[in-house]
Amino acid sequence: MSTVVLLLITGLGLGALYFLIASGLSLIYGLMGVLNFAHGSFLTLGAFAGFELARRLDGASWGTFFLTVILGALVGAAVAALTELLLIRRLYNRHIEQVLVTVGLALASVALFEGIWGTDPIYVSAPEWFSQTTEILGARIPNDRFILIAAAVIVLLGIVFFLRYTRFGLVIRAGVENRSMVTALGIDVRKAFTVVFAIGGAAAGLGGVLASHYFGYVSPHLGGSLLIFAFIVTVIGGLGSLAGAAIASVIVAVLQQFANFYLGGTGDLVVVLLLAGVLLVRPSGLLGRKA
Amino acid sequence: MTDRPVLTVEHLGLSIGGARIIDDVSLSVAEGEMLGVIGPNGAGKTTLFNLISGLMVPTEGRVELEGVDVTSHSIPRRARAGLGRTFQTSSLFGGLTALENARLAAQSKLGGALSVVRFPRSRDAATEIAQQRLAEVGLADYADTDAGVLSHGDKRKLEIAMLLAQEPRVILLDEPMAGVSSGDVAGLVEVIRTVHKSGRTVLMVEHHMDVVLGLVDRVAVMHHGSVLACDTPDKVMADATVQSAYLGESL
Repeated sequence: MSTVVLLLITGLGLGALYFLIASGLSLIYGLMGVLNFAHGSFLTLGAFAGFELARRLDGASWGTFFLTVILGALVGAAVAALTELLLIRRLYNRHIEQVLVTVGLALASVALFEGIWGTDPIYVSAPEWFSQTTEILGARIPNDRFILIAAAVIVLLGIVFFLRYTRFGLVIRAGVENRSMVTALGIDVRKAFTVVFAIGGAAAGLGGVLASHYFGYVSPHLGGSLLIFAFIVTVIGGLGSLAGAAIASVIVAVLQQFANFYLGGTGDLVVVLLLAGVLLVRPSGLLGRKA
Repeated sequence: MTDRPVLTVEHLGLSIGGARIIDDVSLSVAEGEMLGVIGPNGAGKTTLFNLISGLMVPTEGRVELEGVDVTSHSIPRRARAGLGRTFQTSSLFGGLTALENARLAAQSKLGGALSVVRFPRSRDAATEIAQQRLAEVGLADYADTDAGVLSHGDKRKLEIAMLLAQEPRVILLDEPMAGVSSGDVAGLVEVIRTVHKSGRTVLMVEHHMDVVLGLVDRVAVMHHGSVLACDTPDKVMADATVQSAYLGESL
């Protein structure tokens, strides 16, 4: 029983991490039709920004931790907004070029990060509480999982609130449904594009700082390795659906944890099989619109 | 109604590969007037509509909105200048509520004030405009219904509400009755009548002649790309050329 609880909550923590990346991917694809392969770089940069701040301050204090989370989100948002303004904006409706540019940016940024921070993992310091455990139903759960789950829930509620109750949110929801109609109404959707990129980048940057605590280190490949699963989550959940991304994040991560433990480390394989199954049975994903 | 023209079309023509699709059409719609354009299929009604709304560019002549030549303006630019139009294909956001659809249109009019932190459900200007327009077309009770599940007639009413929320100087209606079930036609006609009675300027292209004749101040009859007659419904119906060339032929 305690093993099941441990796997379940660890899976939820990993799912939370996937969601922080997938939410941005899904919104960006939903509104603009852009598959952003550079999204992992926003995460990695957020993680390094957090690390740089933490090593200048007291890395073991809660105050520093919250500052690194905020900095990670801000750096992620700024870099994502710049990426949209400088690169993606020129390439709307040119999907091949978009993929090439974002893949190129992902490769170049990893090389840049390796140049600055080296190729070895850098271990991060965290408040004492993170490395302790809390006992739930006999399972000793590492505390950082709870931080991840709480952060993902806050981000999910924040994005839902933003989409439902703000003017930009209304433009974005309408744009996801029919972008050209929004333009025909005389509304400049390009502003909404930048805002969506910034939100996605903020969630990824925040996820980067939290990922560095989940794994215990930062490396230039942190974002890239998570991005693959975030893409799988986005496709299973349905491209463009935030709720789908949230549900699929949990399903994929929990399944991965259980398969790793009970089926001899086959977690990644099971996830890819799940992806194949969903694509065969329901190509638009769990909550996606029909293509 | 005054005599000041809001929309003027002068010697408009469109030739494609030597064929004259629209031939020397001149019309004007006065402030507060409702002008109907009728004609059999293939007469050039929709082409004329597209030339006025900016979807197509004429080869001759000009389109003026309040004295300003808008012939070469893009569709969004015409929309900002006050030319509001409906689309034959549904232009609603099915996943948004009726109020949100109307609100979005109102937001476009309020333009620059696209603030991130303003809340659409609180009582702000855009929401108030949206609610008023929904009430005007009789959809107040459906404000929180998703647009996608409305009946076809109600969808058309919502499109008109969205159009009104943009506060255009002239309203272009492209075959508003197309695809609407016979049971919904009367309600939709009433909505268009109300819109016109409130003093708005309307140009309507419509195939259903009985609908047009009962609604408009003046009617233009098109045939083979040109306007045969343009006058009050009574006079047009009595016009011998119209009777022989169009009514006699199609009825």
